[in-house]
Amino acid sequence: MARKILANGDNDTRLRGAKWWSQVGWKHVFAILMIVYCVFPLLYVLSASLNPGGTLTGSTRLFTTVSGVNFADLMETDFPRWMMNSFIVSTVTAVGTVVMGAAAAYAFSRFRFAGRRGGLTALLIIQMFPQMLAFVAIFLLALTLGEIFPGLGIGSNLQLIAIYLGGALGSNTFLMYGFFNTVPADIDEAAKIDGATHAQIFWGIIMRLVTPILAVVGLLSFVASYGEFILARIVLARPENYTLAVGMYVWGSDERNAPWSLFAAGAVVAAVPIILLFMYLQKYIVGGLLAGGVKG
Amino acid sequence: MSSTPTQPPRRLSHARDISRPGFYIKLVLMMLVNALGLYGILAAYGQREWGVLAFLVLALIIADYVYFSKRAIPGKYLYPGLLFLAVFQIYVMVNTAYVAFTNYGDGHNDSKPSAITQIMKTSDRRVDGTPTYPVTVLDRDGEMAFAIVDDDRVLVGDAEEPLTEVGDAVAEDGRVTEVPGATVLQLAEIQQRQNEVLGLRVSMTDDPDDGWLRTDNAAMAYVAKSLLQYDEASDTFTDAEGTVYTADPAQGLFVSDSGEALTPGWRVLVGFDNFTRMFTDSRLAGPFVSILSWTFAFSILSVLTTFALGLILAVVFNDPRVKGRTIYRALFILPYAFPGFLAALVWRGLLNQEFGFINEVLLGGANIPWFSSGILAKLSIIGVNLWLGFPYMFLVATGALQAIPGELAEAAVMDGAGPWRRFWSITLPLLLVSVAPLLIASFAFNFNNFSLIYMLTGGGPNYPGAPLPIGETDILISMVYAMAFESGTRQYGLASAMSIIIFVVVGVISWLGFRQTRKLEEIM
Repeated sequence: MARKILANGDNDTRLRGAKWWSQVGWKHVFAILMIVYCVFPLLYVLSASLNPGGTLTGSTRLFTTVSGVNFADLMETDFPRWMMNSFIVSTVTAVGTVVMGAAAAYAFSRFRFAGRRGGLTALLIIQMFPQMLAFVAIFLLALTLGEIFPGLGIGSNLQLIAIYLGGALGSNTFLMYGFFNTVPADIDEAAKIDGATHAQIFWGIIMRLVTPILAVVGLLSFVASYGEFILARIVLARPENYTLAVGMYVWGSDERNAPWSLFAAGAVVAAVPIILLFMYLQKYIVGGLLAGGVKG
Repeated sequence: MSSTPTQPPRRLSHARDISRPGFYIKLVLMMLVNALGLYGILAAYGQREWGVLAFLVLALIIADYVYFSKRAIPGKYLYPGLLFLAVFQIYVMVNTAYVAFTNYGDGHNDSKPSAITQIMKTSDRRVDGTPTYPVTVLDRDGEMAFAIVDDDRVLVGDAEEPLTEVGDAVAEDGRVTEVPGATVLQLAEIQQRQNEVLGLRVSMTDDPDDGWLRTDNAAMAYVAKSLLQYDEASDTFTDAEGTVYTADPAQGLFVSDSGEALTPGWRVLVGFDNFTRMFTDSRLAGPFVSILSWTFAFSILSVLTTFALGLILAVVFNDPRVKGRTIYRALFILPYAFPGFLAALVWRGLLNQEFGFINEVLLGGANIPWFSSGILAKLSIIGVNLWLGFPYMFLVATGALQAIPGELAEAAVMDGAGPWRRFWSITLPLLLVSVAPLLIASFAFNFNNFSLIYMLTGGGPNYPGAPLPIGETDILISMVYAMAFESGTRQYGLASAMSIIIFVVVGVISWLGFRQTRKLEEIM
């Protein structure tokens, strides 16, 4: 195989023929096989969602009929409410998590006070135990609280938000604390000398400098509560209060009677925002920023 | 104010300076917090929840101190988060540990006095010779109540409040038709809340010996009394036949000499009973041991399979000669981007034995019982989790591979090492150092991967003869769920004891992961 000289004078080192196949080409074949494996369940849902009036049986022939009727029907069910509940719960949780986590990280990073070391160590230990492990006691607490604050009772979305916020500090403070420490303390010293108050430094200076981590923590918290199932399942009692995870479970787990095509259409609608978010977040995962951030 | 020029002039903070908006924001927020707190304190008093009451008083005092004091500046930033953390994470964990040592659950739901009232009211009978009353069923602020006419007086009472006279009520032909502050329930609503109507007992007076009103048809009510006589001095119940039931504080039950017990019982501490029951109850011990070992097998296999596939992909596609890697990568992480709960449900449909895509189309009409055979159900779970989990490992491994310096590989080539040798002796060991904490985290996550198991197989196929709906693919946490919410009798005590076991395992795993990352050094 004679080397060609390229236009810019370099040797052409590109592989050709059998050598290309043995070193590079098979990787493309492998990639295509893997893509089929990754994508076929998703194509199947998409096909089922477009198949009008389809049951599980009727959904086995992919893309034979295509219509948007399932999506229109979806609007007649509880689904829009579930979607709205999920968005409200996840958004409020994300905002609350960011604000409380950032405030705590600021306190630990910028103030020296009695119990600071102890507090950090305690948070680190608490962080090891996911809140959901105590779901039985959370259910019992929800029962008691419901008698005292009817708005926080079993079945209310507000209660679910409060529970999710309870897990906020334990899981995110450390990530933020590390980031807050990278902001030089000279900046707030300078502001302090210019007469800025601690609140001004927090809201006006620090929060602006750490915006990227706030966005990541907020989005991550959003995705986590969007997909959280066990606590939502035990706390939410009435169908109109369900979040998507609970509602879709009720539809999807009932193979015989459930509206499979409606489930599929709902799954497509529910998945799109999260897929888009993840495509955006993946660079942080690769960068190791979200080390250990296993998705639920 | 300031003595030296270097000292900053002491300024009022925004929240203290009455001319700044911060002052008003803080004022409104603190007013809301105090209003909510006081409301909660009063409500807790009304419900006789002394623990909640004490906590609310304390929390409110601390909140007011922290936000109105000039000191405690870190507290202003920590308090909201710490409050939620204390209630919804620390308290619930401590309470899990406490409940694990009680017999809390169906049949032992409440305190002893309410159990005594319950026992009396459930074993009642109509008192001969007493009148019947046309009854009206009311809804008073969500509580169901009865209203009757007695001697031209309208009497209303509910489960907690005995019959009392109500003025301004309207009655026609001996039946109440209107009561201020309450709505009269119509037939349809009564049918909907049938069990509530049939279960309601409204005491005639404050004295339980006077009996209570009950109804069998929501039209006529009669006076009923307990068949059981409670004697406070000896703490016993005596029934019509003269059998004596003595309170047993160890079990939280009234038990007769022949061993018969009255229901319900009450909550008592039972020591380590819940823990030993997992091993001594022959119907539970077998499934428990299998579930424990399957939980470990599932978590380990999940980590190994996802990491293996992710690593292979990362190594294969960490090759600049392969064009289009960006597109491949985006497609490979699609399963990870797809919400996990939906993926489990979709695979459940795909693997359906009769109508699923896998059996019908891919396997040409085969009838493989993916979920009803134990082995296949376990394989399905591992397989689905592989689909869900390998993209994360692929991302992580790609990141770690790119961080390994290229000179090492070059040096190895100089020394004559082949590609395999380079992978096993250089790439993999270096990779594992940085990835090990993530593998441990992934193990801990899968150890408690409730939603996958619950949504995909529901734990089935179930063990025949077990006293709970638990099956071969259940992991510890889904077994806890079954104990607490899905068995005929909810057993919070037993479920909490199992949760403690999970806590211990997770604690040990995290500690191992911790030593790897040595995060402690960072904070000190």
